[in-house]
Amino acid sequence: MKRVQFSRPLFPYLLLIPQLSIILVFFYWPAAEAIRSSFYLEDPFGFGSTFVGLDNYRDVVTGSEYAKIARFTLLFTALVAFFSLSIALLLAVKADTVLKGAKSYRILLMWVYAIAPPVAGLMGILLFDQRLGPITHLAALFGWDLKLGVDYFDTAAAMVICSVWIQIPINFIFFLAGLQSVPRSVREAALIDNPNGLSRFFSVTFPLLAPTAFFLLIINITYALFDTFGIIDLLQKGEPGNNPMTLVYKVFIDGFRGNDLGGSSAQSVILMILVAGLTVFQFRYMERRVHYN
Amino acid sequence: MTDTHMSNVAHSAPRRKTRIHWRLLGDHLILSAGALLMLLPVLLTLFTATHDNLFIHKEGVQFWFGDQGRANFSRAMFEKGGFTQNVDGVKMLMNSLILGIGFAVGKIVISMMAAYAIVYFRFRFGLVAFWIIFTTLLLPLEVRILPSYEVVQSLGLVNSYTGLILPLVASATGTFYFRQFFRSVPEELLEAARIDGAGPFKFFVDILFPLSRTMVAAIFIIMFVYGWNQYLWPTLMTTDESLFTLVRGVKQIMQVWVGSSYIPDYGVAMALAIIAMLPPVAIVIFFQNWFVKGLTESDK
Repeated sequence: MKRVQFSRPLFPYLLLIPQLSIILVFFYWPAAEAIRSSFYLEDPFGFGSTFVGLDNYRDVVTGSEYAKIARFTLLFTALVAFFSLSIALLLAVKADTVLKGAKSYRILLMWVYAIAPPVAGLMGILLFDQRLGPITHLAALFGWDLKLGVDYFDTAAAMVICSVWIQIPINFIFFLAGLQSVPRSVREAALIDNPNGLSRFFSVTFPLLAPTAFFLLIINITYALFDTFGIIDLLQKGEPGNNPMTLVYKVFIDGFRGNDLGGSSAQSVILMILVAGLTVFQFRYMERRVHYN
Repeated sequence: MTDTHMSNVAHSAPRRKTRIHWRLLGDHLILSAGALLMLLPVLLTLFTATHDNLFIHKEGVQFWFGDQGRANFSRAMFEKGGFTQNVDGVKMLMNSLILGIGFAVGKIVISMMAAYAIVYFRFRFGLVAFWIIFTTLLLPLEVRILPSYEVVQSLGLVNSYTGLILPLVASATGTFYFRQFFRSVPEELLEAARIDGAGPFKFFVDILFPLSRTMVAAIFIIMFVYGWNQYLWPTLMTTDESLFTLVRGVKQIMQVWVGSSYIPDYGVAMALAIIAMLPPVAIVIFFQNWFVKGLTESDK
């Protein structure tokens, strides 16, 4: 907040009305509704609902399918975050080193940011297609009979690959910005002290990048949990039955296909707690980071 | 791959010079491989979009342009499709533009106002308002998707642009960006403006907004791309095909493709995928400096 401020009785409230009313109607109301209906069992034909306490939560958590999906979500998130972060870091370090063509590389490595996940999923369907896809043909050379949308493992692999592909640009942009904010004097000193590139990277550059990397880790976890929805939806090719899915996708499937309002809401609330925890963690860390600077 | 700068530095040590050259070559190889990795999927999609369906069906994904490009793209844009036979690429493109621009403008206007109130005014419930707004950063729309749908449905807003855009605006990301930015604006400006007798409205219009122009442009680009690329919410919110966006249309393409018992319309499907990515990609490339600046500076 500013030291000097306006003090008008009415004006600030007028400024806040649009944002607050939209948030109340489209954020707080649905969120409250999710919490409320997670404690109720809704009649599928719309004849009222009964209070069932924590039954929905118990059913969700003890369901064998939920544990499997939670495990997949965890693995999927870890793989997507790991590969997209490490590939982006490698590329950013190299793009920061070269002098010639640095600008062209930057644009060539970041433009994919603008492609929507479901569009990437559609391209994935083509490239992993059992008959047409070059990736399938490539896999066949190694004796891997890739069956997208049929085989659980193959579909999961395609989901990870597409999700990593589309996430590399944003990680690249942040890593490059982080690298370029390292002062020239620090770099030159490091170059004189330690001419070996790899060990210089781990002793000087990486520690300086740590705040960026941590921030990106949170961003990537949130991305893998929520923004990959379009990729997952497309690559299942309309048959969620036997195919891998994330927890967020299951909220959608149970709520809209299974008509299980209570169960879907209970899952929503579980995810809300998860995300809220993640965000609070991030904020506390970021506040600390601001203090250091 | 010769690099004059590097070779000047190392001219006294020829051995070291060749080593640096090899390393430089390695760096360029890695970067080119990365660039190719990014480019190739889109290129293959584009090449395949310019061939005849039967040919694609027989020969698979194509590695060079064919002669059906114009036909496939014009069918993707102008041929009426869908169940109701009244939606074409142009219509979906318009809807995508409405969603992208409507979302970006709505978000910027609303969040600038709110951030201005929070940063520049002393008032009773300032802190409360701050927390009410910033709690929304905790929960993405995907988590509360079913109740959000029911709320919008009970308001009668399904299959309307309002229902499509407003719930997406209900998050604090924009407000957060502008709050950070306003806080970095020097205090002296406000003091000077107050000494000159400028009120809150005049201060905003004459001083703060002109200062924020780059920031507004950067956020507009980020938000436009974000809005254009929305998938889950438009999928739920629009069952009426005349409201489909391009990205929403992708699901329809997949369903037709997977469910078809004839040879699917590969060419048109891939042409639509290219059309759906073209505007946001063009904007990001064209305004890359603003975009990168907005992205990396506002998230701090």
